[in-house]
Amino acid sequence: MATYEADAGPIVVADPNERTSARITRAVAKVPLNLFLAFIAVLWLMPTLGLFFTSLLSPSDYISNGWWRIFSKPSLATFENYSNVWNTTDIPTSLRITAEIAIGGTILPIMAAALAGYAFAWIDFPGRDILFVIVIALLVVPLQMALIPVFHLYNTLHLYDTIFGLILFHTAFGLPFAIFLLRNFFIGIPKDILESARIDGASEIRIFLKLILPLGLPAIASLAIFQFLWTWNDLLVALVMARNTTPITVDIFSQLRQFGSNIDIIAPASFMSMLIPLVVFFSFQRYFVQGLLAGSVK
Amino acid sequence: MEPPVVAAPPSGDPGFLRRNLVAIGFLAPAAILLGVMIVYPTIYTFIRSFFGKDAHEGFLPKGDFTGIDNYKALFTTDILVTAIKNSAIWILVAPAAVTAFGLVFAVLTERIRWGVGFKAIVFMPMAISLFATGVIWHVMYIKDPNQGAVNAAIGAVKSWVSPAGALSSASPSTPALTGSPQSGYVLQKPIAAGKTALLGLTAIPPTDVPSGAKQVATPQPKQGAITGVVWRDFKPGGGVVGKPEQGELGLPGVHVKLIDSSGKTVQSATTGDDGSFTFDGVGGGSFKPGIAASTFAAPFGGISWLGSQLITPAVIIAYIWVWAGFAMVVIGAGLAAISREVLEAARTDGATEWQVFRRVTVPMLAPVLSVVFITMLINVLKVFDIVISIAPGSTQSDAAVIAVQMWRQSFGGVNDFGLGSAIAVFLFLLVIPILLLNIRRFRREV
Repeated sequence: MATYEADAGPIVVADPNERTSARITRAVAKVPLNLFLAFIAVLWLMPTLGLFFTSLLSPSDYISNGWWRIFSKPSLATFENYSNVWNTTDIPTSLRITAEIAIGGTILPIMAAALAGYAFAWIDFPGRDILFVIVIALLVVPLQMALIPVFHLYNTLHLYDTIFGLILFHTAFGLPFAIFLLRNFFIGIPKDILESARIDGASEIRIFLKLILPLGLPAIASLAIFQFLWTWNDLLVALVMARNTTPITVDIFSQLRQFGSNIDIIAPASFMSMLIPLVVFFSFQRYFVQGLLAGSVK
Repeated sequence: MEPPVVAAPPSGDPGFLRRNLVAIGFLAPAAILLGVMIVYPTIYTFIRSFFGKDAHEGFLPKGDFTGIDNYKALFTTDILVTAIKNSAIWILVAPAAVTAFGLVFAVLTERIRWGVGFKAIVFMPMAISLFATGVIWHVMYIKDPNQGAVNAAIGAVKSWVSPAGALSSASPSTPALTGSPQSGYVLQKPIAAGKTALLGLTAIPPTDVPSGAKQVATPQPKQGAITGVVWRDFKPGGGVVGKPEQGELGLPGVHVKLIDSSGKTVQSATTGDDGSFTFDGVGGGSFKPGIAASTFAAPFGGISWLGSQLITPAVIIAYIWVWAGFAMVVIGAGLAAISREVLEAARTDGATEWQVFRRVTVPMLAPVLSVVFITMLINVLKVFDIVISIAPGSTQSDAAVIAVQMWRQSFGGVNDFGLGSAIAVFLFLLVIPILLLNIRRFRREV
């Protein structure tokens, strides 16, 4: 749009007055659209802000006041709920566990997927395409298909209720998408670069470490953000595979079962669980979008 | 299309084995993880679905073989049938709605200067867990308009369009006035212009008396008009019924109406602070003054979003809130790829914006739209967190979808792994068409 306007500029420049009035007309014509989109933007922001404001209300105020009353004077806002949650509940521990799961569940699948993605993209071996088709097939397998057997497996192997067990599960279910994404990215690396490295006698592992990984960094970054958000935000896997070593989502979920009386814990805890994902998201939004597009549109 | 398998180099090539060893080395970590954590479990779950609750779990299930009983239960148990129906609603509504929202937002953001900011706002819910989203919307949906923002907004609009009545309930103080709060009250005996009407009400708790009510005034007859008063015909310690007295309050804000002999409302008015009202310019004939039913209209009590009737639509709305941003960004990228010349050419040819959208933009976006739609389809089948976090305990069963019941039947107390497996397999079967579609797309590329 912007480039079009710039192109159109010189054509009407002959009459500066008309140009100005045309501009004004165009700007006025856009007022309803801007208002409409502003309305939508407010609508989209409101639920999240609402939860935040709710988290600032003391339990007694919450019972009789909607969160919008927080702006009444004197303000009802208090950070007491946050200090209570931080000092008197297990939420800080859960946050630490969540972070460990998310970090492990991000690094492991990316390592395994980068290796496999390279093999699928640049090493010839019999059955390569068949194997890749299997990976694509695994892409849509609902994780519900694995819950029951892995639950038993973990009980046998003593992985139940461990951080490592949760990491492993997220790794496995993150792999198909990760392999798919990285293979498609690696295959776009110019062939000449690889061929000349091979002619120079570089080993595959050396090529992988010195060439592919650095060149594939943008894709790896996108993937890392995805995988991090996915594992951080998980509820189902942790609900099934853990009892005491639980991430924050499970903790809030058990609070939620007695909803009504404990909103002063649920609201601040939920907001605390959202903070890291929001920071990651806004810092790396560009990579996030790139990964999204690579994953869905080809 | 090239042959899918690369021809093996001539045997005896010393590099052949070495090459494949390298490939095996690169693939091994992923292959082992996928094999142990996805492929084997998938096979196990499939077999397990033909065994009952008490089968022995081992490398493969043993004992209590029940054939297709679990599948029969899946389609005959009430709560499971409800879950299947709910999933069907989700499949029909959510992917299409998300795609439509995404398309509209993507097209519109291109025309504003703050498109980047708008996109960031609409996209933001993607970063939040579906579970936290559920908590957010649970708070939004609380029934009491004083607490739930959705109902507060609806209540605000509603009180603007049709405000709540001045009174919640009352009964007539004398038999001269008949009717009910639902239908309104009417004076039984018609009166003509120049007369006055005394509309006394009782059974109004003191807290229910509208604020600003003043001492009732006895209405004065007026030429060509019907005047009257609505008042609280009650005085502590007695008093005369049917007569406005010192110490009794007029009722302000009451909707009064004037009905002619054919039963038609010819005039309406609202009482003043002392309860008085006047119908001016009344013609000949006789009329019945009365109190309109809207006087007793209850204030907005809130829609029960989290009740059994609306819970699924309510959760779907929250889901759209999360995913519209995804659709918008992906479709926006597709939109950016459409050449500006094509659109400009259509505009130059005199096409309206709507025609350009309908005949040029949408057809050119078809591949992107289908990708978004299919992605959402897969996603919707697995929807779980948002359902169990929005729905309160009392309506969990009404809100449950297939994936939720899979968890509830297997781990949520029932612990029937046979039935749980059957539900998982059913879920898997639903995504198989999409799986085949993906494979075909890949095959075409190779």
